[in-house]
Amino acid sequence: MGTPILQVQNVNKRFGGLKALDDVNLTVMENTVHAIIGPNGAGKSTLLNTFVGRLIPDTGTVTFDGQSLIGRKPHEINQLGVSRVFQTPEIFEDLTVAENVMIPAFAKRDGAFRLHGWESMSREAEIRDRALACLEDVNMADRRAMLAKNLSRGDKRRLEMAMCLVQEPKLLLLDEPTAGMSRADTNNTIDLLKQIVAAKSITLAVIEHDMHVVFSLADRISVLAQGHVIVEDAPQHIKGNPKVQEAYLGGAHL
Amino acid sequence: MTSSKTNDRILLAVFSVLVLAGPIILAPFGAGYPDLLQKFAIYGIFAIGFNILFGLTGYLSFGHAAFLGVGSYAAVWMFKLLSMNVIPAIVFAVIVGGLFSLLIGYISLRRSGIYFSILTLAFAQMSYNLAYSVLTPITNGETGLQVTLDDPRILDGGAAGQPFSNLFGLNMIETTEVSILGMAVQFNAGFYVCAAILIGCFYISLRLFRSPFGMMLKAVKSNQNRMSYTGLNTRPYTLAAFVISGMFAGLAGGLLAAMDPLAGAERMQWTASGEVVLMTILGGAGTLLGPVLGAGLIKYFENIFSAINEGVLMDFWSFLPETLQHAVVSVSSLFVGEGWHLTLGLIFMVIVTFLPGGLIEGASRLGRLVTNRGKGENGAARPAPAPAE
Repeated sequence: MGTPILQVQNVNKRFGGLKALDDVNLTVMENTVHAIIGPNGAGKSTLLNTFVGRLIPDTGTVTFDGQSLIGRKPHEINQLGVSRVFQTPEIFEDLTVAENVMIPAFAKRDGAFRLHGWESMSREAEIRDRALACLEDVNMADRRAMLAKNLSRGDKRRLEMAMCLVQEPKLLLLDEPTAGMSRADTNNTIDLLKQIVAAKSITLAVIEHDMHVVFSLADRISVLAQGHVIVEDAPQHIKGNPKVQEAYLGGAHL
Repeated sequence: MTSSKTNDRILLAVFSVLVLAGPIILAPFGAGYPDLLQKFAIYGIFAIGFNILFGLTGYLSFGHAAFLGVGSYAAVWMFKLLSMNVIPAIVFAVIVGGLFSLLIGYISLRRSGIYFSILTLAFAQMSYNLAYSVLTPITNGETGLQVTLDDPRILDGGAAGQPFSNLFGLNMIETTEVSILGMAVQFNAGFYVCAAILIGCFYISLRLFRSPFGMMLKAVKSNQNRMSYTGLNTRPYTLAAFVISGMFAGLAGGLLAAMDPLAGAERMQWTASGEVVLMTILGGAGTLLGPVLGAGLIKYFENIFSAINEGVLMDFWSFLPETLQHAVVSVSSLFVGEGWHLTLGLIFMVIVTFLPGGLIEGASRLGRLVTNRGKGENGAARPAPAPAE
């Protein structure tokens, strides 16, 4: 692990009287899995939103791969190589599963806009094959002709994952990828993410509540409480850290 | 992929045959006369274009009549300045329709949903009022813009007498009457010009629906949020769809003027904008054939139902006893003549309530019903009908 890919420096964000992010500093190293944990309302999602252009911090800088992300639109940030999986799956419900994955593949190839009203069969077949390969990776190739809205909730999540992976992002942001999943599905997701990390040169930043997921995946953990990073360390040092226990359990020691 | 390509080719071929045989097919329904046939084709083009915006992206424009209107004005100006040939008029109408929609779309597409609809409506009403009053030098206000004998017409100004719109000498009002199976069938030059363009437009829309660009437009309708987090800029996609549909509307307006060289401001009124919305929803928004069907149905009602009077009704109900006949006639006369809007409204309500996918959904349900029953009787599966898109 050498170079930092995402650097967050002195980021502040206020919503009225609420200080959602209080001088946040965070560095995500290339090709690692970095988990961001913390109790409800700690500012995890707010922080993620400042990475993808949904929120602009009041002060501070967010740098990805040497370029500032502040003031860039979501689609520009994605074109730089940042993809995001949402807490509730954001997919194209009225389109087929295959089309859902083809669209990001087109976006990766053609950029933010192209008036491609006429596409040669072979060029389109290339995109289709790439999309199907990605669906294969998440074990959904058999569902390619289904409308996305008819998928189960778990499948929608996996589809969204495939939509992000087909773009071969440098940084993949995951917002509670296992929320509401059964233990078996959660384990499948962990295995899938492990495979992805092993096979591709990709960096993951994960927000997660489930400690089982966090400790099976993360190389590095940042603990957020009341908008502030209280600890950043390797997983084995997080478990016993008194500050973390205080943040989660309000000071009552186990 | 290959089979869907074949299906598309069949669809295009069937569509072309039906359109070209229009004068024969519609003659028994009393709709086989040139003026109405031309309207079917022209409003079909208008609705196909509208469907590219509304059907694919879901942006409901309430101002498309403005583009129809400017198309007509542009065409008539070409007739006045250049020549009575319809080609320059139609080309110019498309260009002007495109430019005008670029301007209105650029501003209106900053908002979505109801605010977008209201903005387009406001622009269209503004255009209507401008055409009616302030811009009288260009639009000739209330009277409407017409061709006159002393227009410059620099390309064919020498031609004397009443100016007729033509295609390299072929007069648009040229009509050949042929008797087929005892029916008088009228083959009109103007209709065939419109029909050829309608088929071309249908082909363009078919290609667009199947292209990656069409897929992106469907994605706009489905989830704009996901689109921007997928690296796609939604604004140029919606603007492109808006301009394409504005060009279709300009083309339709140009053709209206090419068939009958005059243009009036009422063509831009909000009722005309509402009409194309009705056509598209009635036929089936987002389907390929639906808008053309809807346009045909509404124009048929407007021209045929509105022409039915009490005399016709008396004949129709003449098998009833006289007192009953009078009662039935007085009730049913509410729904015809001036009251054709009432019938249209009822049909619209029934379709929107029971067939949200429009007439096309009705047709495909019917198709499924027939196939299923066929299976039951013969015990063998019949091939499923081609999706009646």
